[in-house]
Amino acid sequence: MNIDFITLAFVLVLATFVGLEVVKNVSRLLHTPLMSLTNAISAIAAVGSIIIAGEQITTLSTILGTVALAASMTNIVSGFLLTERMLKMFKKRESKKK
Amino acid sequence: MTTQAAIHLIYLISTAFFILSLKWMSHPATARRSVPVGALAMILAIGGTLLYPEIVGYQWVITAIIIGAVLGVPLALVPLTAVPQRTALSHAFGGLAAGLVGTAKYYLWLGEHGLTPFRTGAIVAEIILGFLTFTGSLMAAGKLQEIIPTRPLTYRGQNAVNLALFAGAVAISVLLVANPEHSHYFPVIIGLSLLFGVLIIIPVGGADMPTVISLLNSYAGLSAVAMGFVLENKLLIAAGALDGASGLILSVIMSRAMNRSFRNIMFGAFGKIQSSAAEAEGKSVKSASAEEGAQILVTAQSVIVVPGYGMAVAQAQHGVRDLYNELTKRGIDVKFAIHPVAGRMPGHMNVLLAEAEIPYDRLFEMDAVNPDFPQTDVSLVIGANDVVNPAAHHDTSSPIFGMPILDAGKAKSVLVIKRSMNPGFAGIENELFYQDNTLMLFGDAKTMIAELVRELAKEK
Repeated sequence: MNIDFITLAFVLVLATFVGLEVVKNVSRLLHTPLMSLTNAISAIAAVGSIIIAGEQITTLSTILGTVALAASMTNIVSGFLLTERMLKMFKKRESKKK
Repeated sequence: MTTQAAIHLIYLISTAFFILSLKWMSHPATARRSVPVGALAMILAIGGTLLYPEIVGYQWVITAIIIGAVLGVPLALVPLTAVPQRTALSHAFGGLAAGLVGTAKYYLWLGEHGLTPFRTGAIVAEIILGFLTFTGSLMAAGKLQEIIPTRPLTYRGQNAVNLALFAGAVAISVLLVANPEHSHYFPVIIGLSLLFGVLIIIPVGGADMPTVISLLNSYAGLSAVAMGFVLENKLLIAAGALDGASGLILSVIMSRAMNRSFRNIMFGAFGKIQSSAAEAEGKSVKSASAEEGAQILVTAQSVIVVPGYGMAVAQAQHGVRDLYNELTKRGIDVKFAIHPVAGRMPGHMNVLLAEAEIPYDRLFEMDAVNPDFPQTDVSLVIGANDVVNPAAHHDTSSPIFGMPILDAGKAKSVLVIKRSMNPGFAGIENELFYQDNTLMLFGDAKTMIAELVRELAKEK
């Protein structure tokens, strides 16, 4: 076990607790948009895919990286767009009318 | 500043923005900011990554980004009733990406003789999580789209088969970690993970989908975390952990709302039980016409609407809005009672009602609205079944015993819009339908609500 591993585990533990605290407070109204937002966020896998697809070390790794990146980009684009579309729909009662 | 340091600084800012993005989801009023700040975080993440000196060519990166954008736009424009299957599909893509990157990295390191037990362990975790999320989510999407039968499929010894398979995958993984260059184990682990993903979703029924989707959401995040350990990338770990935590919280909320444990949902389908069917025999239901239903509604002062999956299937949410208008016009207080597992994913009903422009301050959570039912004149149940079944309170033999429910039956009158007397997903008879104060309005939710609106419009 080396210090790099400890650093990575450090990030994991802190991010998990921050995530739990933050998501705990998410309005239950918004659980569907939350899930499509986290779809987009977990498409952070794009970062790993870009490295693999861009390094171009072997044909196999380039192909796998490119497919992985396309899948991640699909989630990024559709995740953010769909979240935006759904959030726009949540409106308070318009008190002026009637 | 070196390039490496610059990339890490960009990643740090990106992480902070991801956290802000989730934080702002706490309230609908601030949630609109979540998307721009989240998208900015992602742009920083991708932009920072493109600075890596190891990246020698951009042609495949750009090709993949274009393909992803082209596929992503139509997936964002699906009807809101199809959002559960779109979400499942999205988890599948997330799992696939993790699995493929793990596979690529294994063979790269194998070629360079760079495999250490630690790296191999991280890769194995990544591909197991990634590939089981991939096929599991595809199965879930297939069930939600009804390409695959939605009923839970069970067979004798199912749990034993699944456990044996999982144990096998773990055992082979341990062997591989001990001997990282025994590469013939690697495809076996991939195969078992893909198969395991299929098998764990087979016994899951439609009503379990909110929990299962949440769990798969969590797995997709965890597979990104594992990728972060493989690539020693802190941003991947941080963002993946945020997603993993979010999925975990949703899973806990969903399984609590069904009074079931994770293990119970993953390993115990209850589709075929029909324990309380006999009890209902000899009782009869009272059915009524739309006209009679409208009469009851028009004389009420307070109405609580309980929507369920039936409303989504019939796409009845816009009709519900018309009904809401007709009733509020008359000064009737209309509330919506939302059970956490109503529909097929967390928050499903809220989004459909928001789409129909029902103000969100009229939507109430179970605990907030349950005390109101006894003082309410009419509860109108639209395509909901198990979540209003009083058997959950007192019938210890019922499979849903102990599940928190909406006390719709405690209102002075209950109107239930339902297609037929077919029991819900779990095959459980609903005694609410046989109560003296219940009237059944048989028909498709959309048609029946349109008729109610027409009858109400006639009344002056």
